[in-house]
Amino acid sequence: MSRFSPVATMSVGVGFATGLYGISFGALATTAGLDVWQTQVLSLLMFSGGSQFAFIGVIAAGGPAAVGAAVISAWLLGVRNGFYAVSMNPLLEIFGWKRLVAAQLTIDESTGVSTSQESLKDKRAGFWITGMSVFIFWNSMTLLGAVLGDALGDPKQWGLDAAAAAAFLGLLWPRLKERQALAVAALAFFVAVVTTPALPAGVPVMLAGIVAVVVGVLNIFERKGKGE
Amino acid sequence: MSLWLGIFIASIAVYSWKLLGYVVPKTVLDNPKIAKVASLLTISLLAALTGVQMLTSGSKIEFDARIPALLVAAVLLAFRVPFIVMVAVAAGAAALIRLVF
Repeated sequence: MSRFSPVATMSVGVGFATGLYGISFGALATTAGLDVWQTQVLSLLMFSGGSQFAFIGVIAAGGPAAVGAAVISAWLLGVRNGFYAVSMNPLLEIFGWKRLVAAQLTIDESTGVSTSQESLKDKRAGFWITGMSVFIFWNSMTLLGAVLGDALGDPKQWGLDAAAAAAFLGLLWPRLKERQALAVAALAFFVAVVTTPALPAGVPVMLAGIVAVVVGVLNIFERKGKGE
Repeated sequence: MSLWLGIFIASIAVYSWKLLGYVVPKTVLDNPKIAKVASLLTISLLAALTGVQMLTSGSKIEFDARIPALLVAAVLLAFRVPFIVMVAVAAGAAALIRLVF
Protein backbone atom coordinates (compact mmCIF):
# COMPACT_ATOMS: atom_id res chain seq x y z
CA MET A 1 0.00 0.00 0.00
CA SER A 2 2.67 2.46 1.06
CA ARG A 3 5.84 3.18 -0.87
CA PHE A 4 7.59 3.48 2.45
CA SER A 5 8.65 0.63 4.69
CA PRO A 6 6.71 0.19 7.95
CA VAL A 7 9.73 1.32 9.99
CA ALA A 8 10.02 4.56 7.99
CA THR A 9 6.30 5.31 8.38
CA MET A 10 6.48 4.66 12.11
CA SER A 11 9.65 6.73 12.51
CA VAL A 12 8.27 9.80 10.75
CA GLY A 13 4.98 9.45 12.68
CA VAL A 14 6.83 9.42 16.00
CA GLY A 15 8.96 12.34 14.82
CA PHE A 16 5.93 14.40 13.93
CA ALA A 17 4.01 13.61 17.14
CA THR A 18 7.05 14.45 19.27
CA GLY A 19 7.82 17.53 17.22
CA LEU A 20 4.34 18.89 17.91
CA TYR A 21 5.06 19.41 21.56
CA GLY A 22 8.02 21.51 20.55
CA ILE A 23 5.26 24.15 20.30
CA SER A 24 4.68 23.92 24.04
CA PHE A 25 8.42 24.02 24.70
CA GLY A 26 8.88 27.13 22.54
CA ALA A 27 5.93 28.95 24.12
CA LEU A 28 6.97 28.06 27.68
CA ALA A 29 10.61 29.01 27.07
CA THR A 30 9.80 32.52 25.90
CA THR A 31 7.32 33.04 28.74
CA ALA A 32 10.04 31.83 31.15
CA GLY A 33 12.19 34.77 30.05
CA LEU A 34 14.29 33.42 27.17
CA ASP A 35 14.24 35.19 23.82
CA VAL A 36 13.37 33.43 20.57
CA TRP A 37 17.05 32.87 19.68
CA GLN A 38 17.94 31.37 23.08
CA THR A 39 14.92 29.09 22.84
CA GLN A 40 15.90 27.93 19.35
CA VAL A 41 19.54 27.31 20.31
CA LEU A 42 18.37 25.08 23.16
CA SER A 43 16.36 22.93 20.75
CA LEU A 44 19.24 22.77 18.23
CA LEU A 45 22.12 22.13 20.62
CA MET A 46 20.63 20.52 23.72
CA PHE A 47 17.98 18.55 21.80
CA SER A 48 16.60 16.53 24.69
CA GLY A 49 13.05 17.41 25.78
CA GLY A 50 13.36 16.58 29.47
CA SER A 51 16.58 18.58 29.89
CA GLN A 52 15.19 21.52 27.93
CA PHE A 53 11.98 21.68 29.98
CA ALA A 54 14.07 21.38 33.17
CA PHE A 55 16.35 24.23 32.11
CA ILE A 56 13.50 26.66 31.39
CA GLY A 57 11.50 25.43 34.41
CA VAL A 58 14.30 26.44 36.79
CA ILE A 59 14.78 29.77 34.98
CA ALA A 60 11.03 30.41 35.20
CA ALA A 61 11.12 29.83 38.97
CA GLY A 62 14.38 31.58 39.83
CA GLY A 63 15.13 34.04 37.04
CA PRO A 64 18.69 34.87 35.89
CA ALA A 65 20.11 34.08 39.36
CA ALA A 66 19.18 30.42 38.87
CA VAL A 67 21.19 29.79 35.68
CA GLY A 68 23.71 27.57 37.52
CA ALA A 69 20.95 25.42 38.99
CA ALA A 70 19.26 25.27 35.58
CA VAL A 71 22.49 23.95 33.99
CA ILE A 72 22.87 21.23 36.64
CA SER A 73 19.21 20.16 36.42
CA ALA A 74 19.42 19.87 32.62
CA TRP A 75 22.69 17.94 32.86
CA LEU A 76 21.34 15.46 35.41
CA LEU A 77 18.20 14.85 33.36
CA GLY A 78 20.36 14.06 30.35
CA VAL A 79 22.04 11.08 31.99
CA ARG A 80 19.57 8.56 30.55
CA ASN A 81 20.69 9.46 27.02
CA GLY A 82 24.10 8.03 27.93
CA PHE A 83 22.47 4.69 28.63
CA TYR A 84 20.57 4.83 25.36
CA ALA A 85 23.91 5.42 23.63
CA VAL A 86 25.36 2.32 25.30
CA SER A 87 22.55 0.21 23.85
CA MET A 88 22.69 1.86 20.39
CA ASN A 89 26.48 1.65 20.00
CA PRO A 90 26.76 -2.07 19.09
CA LEU A 91 23.76 -1.81 16.74
CA LEU A 92 24.92 1.20 14.76
CA GLU A 93 28.63 0.32 14.43
CA ILE A 94 29.62 3.80 13.31
CA PHE A 95 32.77 5.87 13.75
CA GLY A 96 34.15 9.34 13.09
CA TRP A 97 31.75 12.22 12.34
CA LYS A 98 28.78 9.88 11.96
CA ARG A 99 29.21 8.96 15.59
CA LEU A 100 29.08 12.63 16.60
CA VAL A 101 25.80 13.01 14.68
CA ALA A 102 24.37 9.78 16.09
CA ALA A 103 25.18 10.97 19.62
CA GLN A 104 23.15 14.14 19.14
CA LEU A 105 20.20 12.09 17.83
CA THR A 106 20.34 9.60 20.72
CA ILE A 107 17.15 10.44 22.64
CA ASP A 108 14.06 8.68 24.08
CA GLU A 109 12.21 8.40 20.76
CA SER A 110 15.01 7.28 18.40
CA THR A 111 16.14 4.62 20.88
CA GLY A 112 12.55 3.56 21.56
CA VAL A 113 11.65 3.05 17.88
CA SER A 114 14.98 1.36 17.12
CA THR A 115 14.84 -1.19 19.94
CA SER A 116 11.24 -2.13 19.07
CA GLN A 117 12.32 -3.35 15.58
CA GLU A 118 13.11 -6.97 14.69
CA SER A 119 15.92 -6.90 12.09
CA LEU A 120 19.24 -5.09 12.39
CA LYS A 121 18.46 -3.18 9.16
CA ASP A 122 15.16 -1.90 10.62
CA LYS A 123 16.79 -1.08 13.97
CA ARG A 124 19.31 1.14 12.20
CA ALA A 125 16.70 2.73 9.92
CA GLY A 126 14.41 3.32 12.90
CA PHE A 127 17.15 5.10 14.82
CA TRP A 128 18.26 7.39 12.00
CA ILE A 129 14.85 8.24 10.53
CA THR A 130 13.23 8.82 13.93
CA GLY A 131 16.17 10.88 15.17
CA MET A 132 16.22 13.08 12.09
CA SER A 133 12.42 13.44 11.97
CA VAL A 134 12.24 14.47 15.62
CA PHE A 135 15.11 16.93 15.06
CA ILE A 136 13.43 18.61 12.11
CA PHE A 137 9.90 18.75 13.58
CA TRP A 138 11.05 19.59 17.13
CA ASN A 139 13.12 22.54 15.93
CA SER A 140 10.55 23.97 13.52
CA MET A 141 7.77 23.65 16.12
CA THR A 142 10.02 25.24 18.77
CA LEU A 143 10.33 28.31 16.54
CA LEU A 144 6.56 28.47 16.02
CA GLY A 145 5.92 28.12 19.76
CA ALA A 146 8.58 30.68 20.67
CA VAL A 147 7.07 33.29 18.34
CA LEU A 148 3.56 32.53 19.65
CA GLY A 149 4.71 32.60 23.28
CA ASP A 150 6.40 35.93 22.72
CA ALA A 151 3.11 37.38 21.46
CA LEU A 152 0.91 35.96 24.23
CA GLY A 153 1.71 38.37 27.07
CA ASP A 154 0.86 37.22 30.62
CA PRO A 155 1.54 33.46 30.71
CA LYS A 156 -0.76 32.87 33.69
CA GLN A 157 -3.77 34.28 31.86
CA TRP A 158 -3.37 31.50 29.28
CA GLY A 159 -2.71 28.81 31.88
CA LEU A 160 0.85 28.34 30.62
CA ASP A 161 2.16 27.80 34.17
CA ALA A 162 -0.22 24.83 34.41
CA ALA A 163 0.90 23.71 30.95
CA ALA A 164 4.53 23.58 32.15
CA ALA A 165 3.55 21.40 35.11
CA ALA A 166 1.45 19.19 32.82
CA ALA A 167 4.42 18.81 30.45
CA PHE A 168 6.59 17.46 33.28
CA LEU A 169 3.78 15.16 34.40
CA GLY A 170 3.45 13.89 30.82
CA LEU A 171 7.18 13.11 30.63
CA LEU A 172 7.01 11.40 34.04
CA TRP A 173 3.82 9.37 33.55
CA PRO A 174 5.10 6.52 31.31
CA ARG A 175 7.99 5.89 33.74
CA LEU A 176 5.74 5.20 36.73
CA LYS A 177 5.20 1.49 36.17
CA GLU A 178 6.84 0.03 39.26
CA ARG A 179 6.34 0.53 42.96
CA GLN A 180 9.88 1.81 43.48
CA ALA A 181 9.43 4.38 40.71
CA LEU A 182 6.15 5.58 42.25
CA ALA A 183 7.73 5.85 45.71
CA VAL A 184 10.69 7.85 44.38
CA ALA A 185 8.38 10.14 42.40
CA ALA A 186 6.16 10.82 45.43
CA LEU A 187 9.15 11.47 47.71
CA ALA A 188 10.90 13.71 45.19
CA PHE A 189 7.70 15.69 44.57
CA PHE A 190 7.23 16.23 48.32
CA VAL A 191 10.88 17.09 49.06
CA ALA A 192 11.09 19.63 46.22
CA VAL A 193 7.86 21.40 47.20
CA VAL A 194 8.41 21.63 50.97
CA THR A 195 12.03 22.82 50.66
CA THR A 196 11.21 25.52 48.08
CA PRO A 197 10.56 28.30 50.68
CA ALA A 198 13.91 27.60 52.37
CA LEU A 199 16.32 27.07 49.44
CA PRO A 200 17.45 29.05 46.37
CA ALA A 201 15.50 28.29 43.16
CA GLY A 202 16.58 25.09 41.45
CA VAL A 203 18.20 23.59 44.54
CA PRO A 204 15.03 21.75 45.70
CA VAL A 205 15.00 19.89 42.36
CA MET A 206 18.61 18.78 42.81
CA LEU A 207 17.88 17.76 46.40
CA ALA A 208 15.11 15.54 45.03
CA GLY A 209 17.75 13.96 42.77
CA ILE A 210 19.60 12.82 45.89
CA VAL A 211 16.45 10.92 46.90
CA ALA A 212 16.82 8.84 43.75
CA VAL A 213 20.47 8.09 44.38
CA VAL A 214 19.79 6.99 47.98
CA VAL A 215 16.82 4.81 47.02
CA GLY A 216 18.69 3.33 44.05
CA VAL A 217 21.90 2.54 45.92
CA LEU A 218 20.15 1.05 48.96
CA ASN A 219 17.51 -0.47 46.66
CA ILE A 220 14.61 0.26 48.99
CA PHE A 221 10.87 0.22 48.12
CA GLU A 222 11.58 -2.69 45.77
CA ARG A 223 8.88 -5.37 45.79
CA LYS A 224 10.27 -8.41 47.61
CA GLY A 225 11.28 -11.43 45.58
CA LYS A 226 11.20 -9.48 42.33
CA GLY A 227 14.06 -9.43 39.84
CA GLU A 228 15.80 -12.46 41.31
CA MET B 1 26.56 33.19 34.81
CA SER B 2 24.76 34.80 31.89
CA LEU B 3 21.79 33.04 30.34
CA TRP B 4 23.58 32.55 27.01
CA LEU B 5 26.63 31.02 28.70
CA GLY B 6 24.32 28.74 30.71
CA ILE B 7 22.59 27.59 27.53
CA PHE B 8 25.91 26.63 25.91
CA ILE B 9 27.35 24.93 28.99
CA ALA B 10 24.13 22.98 29.62
CA SER B 11 23.95 21.92 25.95
CA ILE B 12 27.54 20.65 26.00
CA ALA B 13 26.86 18.90 29.33
CA VAL B 14 23.81 17.11 27.92
CA TYR B 15 25.68 16.19 24.71
CA SER B 16 28.57 14.80 26.74
CA TRP B 17 26.29 12.09 28.21
CA LYS B 18 25.15 11.11 24.72
CA LEU B 19 28.70 10.87 23.41
CA LEU B 20 30.01 9.15 26.54
CA GLY B 21 27.72 6.18 25.88
CA TYR B 22 29.42 5.65 22.49
CA VAL B 23 33.01 5.91 23.66
CA VAL B 24 33.23 4.23 27.06
CA PRO B 25 33.62 0.44 27.14
CA LYS B 26 30.23 -1.24 27.53
CA THR B 27 31.20 -2.82 30.85
CA VAL B 28 31.56 0.53 32.61
CA LEU B 29 27.97 1.69 32.22
CA ASP B 30 26.42 -1.73 31.79
CA ASN B 31 26.01 -2.19 35.53
CA PRO B 32 22.46 -2.87 36.81
CA LYS B 33 22.98 -0.68 39.88
CA ILE B 34 24.17 2.33 37.87
CA ALA B 35 21.36 1.85 35.35
CA LYS B 36 18.83 1.72 38.19
CA VAL B 37 20.11 4.92 39.81
CA ALA B 38 20.08 6.69 36.42
CA SER B 39 16.50 5.65 35.75
CA LEU B 40 15.36 6.70 39.25
CA LEU B 41 17.25 9.99 38.86
CA THR B 42 15.21 10.81 35.76
CA ILE B 43 11.99 9.97 37.62
CA SER B 44 12.88 12.00 40.71
CA LEU B 45 13.87 15.10 38.74
CA LEU B 46 10.72 15.02 36.61
CA ALA B 47 8.55 14.51 39.72
CA ALA B 48 10.33 17.36 41.53
CA LEU B 49 9.89 19.66 38.53
CA THR B 50 6.19 18.72 38.37
CA GLY B 51 5.79 19.60 42.05
CA VAL B 52 7.67 22.89 41.88
CA GLN B 53 5.84 23.96 38.73
CA MET B 54 2.45 22.92 40.15
CA LEU B 55 2.57 24.14 43.74
CA THR B 56 5.11 26.97 44.04
CA SER B 57 5.49 30.55 42.83
CA GLY B 58 8.93 32.06 43.36
CA SER B 59 9.92 30.92 46.85
CA LYS B 60 6.35 30.43 48.13
CA ILE B 61 4.11 27.37 48.20
CA GLU B 62 0.89 28.39 46.46
CA PHE B 63 -2.32 26.48 45.80
CA ASP B 64 -4.23 27.83 42.80
CA ALA B 65 -5.88 26.94 39.47
CA ARG B 66 -2.89 24.75 38.57
CA ILE B 67 -4.08 22.00 40.93
CA PRO B 68 -7.42 21.27 39.20
CA ALA B 69 -5.66 21.68 35.82
CA LEU B 70 -3.13 18.99 36.78
CA LEU B 71 -5.91 16.67 37.95
CA VAL B 72 -7.44 17.05 34.49
CA ALA B 73 -4.02 16.33 32.95
CA ALA B 74 -3.64 13.16 35.04
CA VAL B 75 -7.05 11.88 33.92
CA LEU B 76 -6.14 12.55 30.26
CA LEU B 77 -2.80 10.75 30.70
CA ALA B 78 -4.59 7.76 32.22
CA PHE B 79 -6.71 7.62 29.05
CA ARG B 80 -3.59 7.85 26.86
CA VAL B 81 -4.51 11.18 25.31
CA PRO B 82 -1.60 12.53 23.16
CA PHE B 83 0.92 14.75 24.97
CA ILE B 84 0.20 17.98 23.09
CA VAL B 85 -3.60 17.65 23.58
CA MET B 86 -3.13 16.92 27.30
CA VAL B 87 -0.88 19.97 27.76
CA ALA B 88 -3.26 22.24 25.82
CA VAL B 89 -6.32 21.07 27.79
CA ALA B 90 -4.49 21.56 31.11
CA ALA B 91 -3.58 25.12 30.08
CA GLY B 92 -7.16 25.76 28.97
CA ALA B 93 -8.55 24.41 32.26
CA ALA B 94 -6.32 26.73 34.33
CA ALA B 95 -7.10 29.72 32.09
CA LEU B 96 -10.84 29.05 32.32
CA ILE B 97 -10.79 28.67 36.11
CA ARG B 98 -8.91 31.98 36.43
CA LEU B 99 -11.37 33.68 34.09
CA VAL B 100 -14.43 32.48 36.03
CA PHE B 101 -13.20 32.89 39.64
